[in-house]
Amino acid sequence: MEYVNPEGLRLDGRRFNEMRQIVAEVGVVSKADGSAVFEMGNTKVIAAVYGPREIQNKSLQKKNDHALVLCEYSMAQFSTGDRRRQKFDRRSTELSLVIRQTMEACILTELLPHSQIDIFLQVLQADGGTRSACINAATLALADAGIPMRDLAVSCSAGYLNSTPLLDLNYVEDSAGGTDVTVGILPKLDKVTLLQMDAKLPMETFETVFALASEGCKAIAERIREVLQENTKQLEYRRAA
Amino acid sequence: MEGRFANLWRLTVNESKFVESALQSELRVDGRGLYDYRKLTIKFGKEYGSSEVQLGQTHVMGFVTAQLVQPYKDRPNEGSFSIFTEYSPMADPSFEPGHPGESAVELGRIIDRALRESRAVDTESLCVLAGKLVWSVRIDLHILDNGGNLVDAANIAALAALMTYRRPDCTVGGESSQEVIIHPPEEREPLPLIIHHLPIAFTFGFFNKGSILVMDPTYVEEAVMCGRMTVTVNANGDICAIQKPGEEGVNQSVVLHCLRLASSRAAATTKIIREAVEAYNRERSSQKVKRHHTLAKSEVSGPIVVVRKRQQQKKSSGQEKAAEIHFWLWLWWLIVTFWR
Repeated sequence: MEYVNPEGLRLDGRRFNEMRQIVAEVGVVSKADGSAVFEMGNTKVIAAVYGPREIQNKSLQKKNDHALVLCEYSMAQFSTGDRRRQKFDRRSTELSLVIRQTMEACILTELLPHSQIDIFLQVLQADGGTRSACINAATLALADAGIPMRDLAVSCSAGYLNSTPLLDLNYVEDSAGGTDVTVGILPKLDKVTLLQMDAKLPMETFETVFALASEGCKAIAERIREVLQENTKQLEYRRAA
Repeated sequence: MEGRFANLWRLTVNESKFVESALQSELRVDGRGLYDYRKLTIKFGKEYGSSEVQLGQTHVMGFVTAQLVQPYKDRPNEGSFSIFTEYSPMADPSFEPGHPGESAVELGRIIDRALRESRAVDTESLCVLAGKLVWSVRIDLHILDNGGNLVDAANIAALAALMTYRRPDCTVGGESSQEVIIHPPEEREPLPLIIHHLPIAFTFGFFNKGSILVMDPTYVEEAVMCGRMTVTVNANGDICAIQKPGEEGVNQSVVLHCLRLASSRAAATTKIIREAVEAYNRERSSQKVKRHHTLAKSEVSGPIVVVRKRQQQKKSSGQEKAAEIHFWLWLWWLIVTFWR
């Protein structure tokens, strides 16, 4: 099947280095301390952050002078085409672990000892790139909750089909059997926190795909910053009135 | 490590400071170089497809079994395989029996991704009747002792078990060619799985905010390290999978450095695995003897069968010899009678 036609257009009309449309909104769950909805094309994710609050289960605490970060990733049963059988499977467990560790790297946990920060992620529509959307949504929600972070954690995915590196794969491109590289970076510090890759790739091709995903991450970071600044302006207007 | 027993064992501040300051001077607590691996031994069991891997103090066993199942609807011509990990509580006080914890699930998925997405195991040859019956291979990994770096040891155990596994031969026959006959190993030789390449996992530990990296961290180093990354490569220079599950951020150059380190070691480890498998196969085939249907059906090892054969020969040669003597006597009597 042809994923990139001879003119260089993909199945949805994008070029190889174009991302899907991003729509982000902050403050959607009124009960939560911070929340956000993040859409990348047809992938829609909602994140809710509760914290910092008192530790509920002391046996989970590993470091006394750091905050405990808990994360739960789940896909709604209506998020994919066919209704999913179980909400929690091994993939969700692994992704919860991975996203939790990614957010832990960017939260200043040493400023909030003896407390717990809960991040709940729910995928409402899954069309490829759900873990990237979840990390971006979690960053927005954490910023909305006012939790101190050393940088924004942003994430993007890239792949390699028809001998072309492609940025931001959707579900059809992801299930084509080619590689899927998901990168999570801290843009200001220029550090890579999350890196996951599957399917075979020669080393040089991987470097190209990796670089493309990192560029995509930087673009998302710009967008997230814009959204947060817009949100702060709105809060300012409401306060002034 | 999570759950009720997760924090039973904690590294003391003294120990963690010692490990960290030793690494500042490129010294590891067990005397290895930064990129040295511990001693790797691969052993095999009596059954086909069982392996036992020891990497330093880490001890992992792998078992491969297969059964005929219905294929997935979207892949009617392909067999399937699945990996199950069991974190035995005897391996580590923080492992709890029953439902696998986060790290067990992660380990299973890392190895599963490396084998499945890179197409190391050929699934199309596992198809028996397209759309109806395919072989489903199940790999069970049991962690017996957690000395650190479970991923690498478990990966090698899975590969060794897959390479030595033999599945029963089966033919499609009967009326309307819909019946599948599975031949027992006495009738027909079981067949090996087709494995295109060996994806080998290499785990790196990051210390000191990502500036120091080591390969093959031990249990103590794992408790101290601030981040890790597992790179799965094969001997052909392909990268099969990468897993860096968050934690400390590192520079891009460090990531690429790790990839190069792993690629350079893939060939040596592949050779070790292949040699161990070949030695096992040689030993196995030298013990086997072609079994005739008329001889005993039970599993007997070589020497006993040979002795039985020799006894039979002796018996028959005794009878033959008696007949020969009889013949010569008769000839002698004939000559003596008709000489005159």
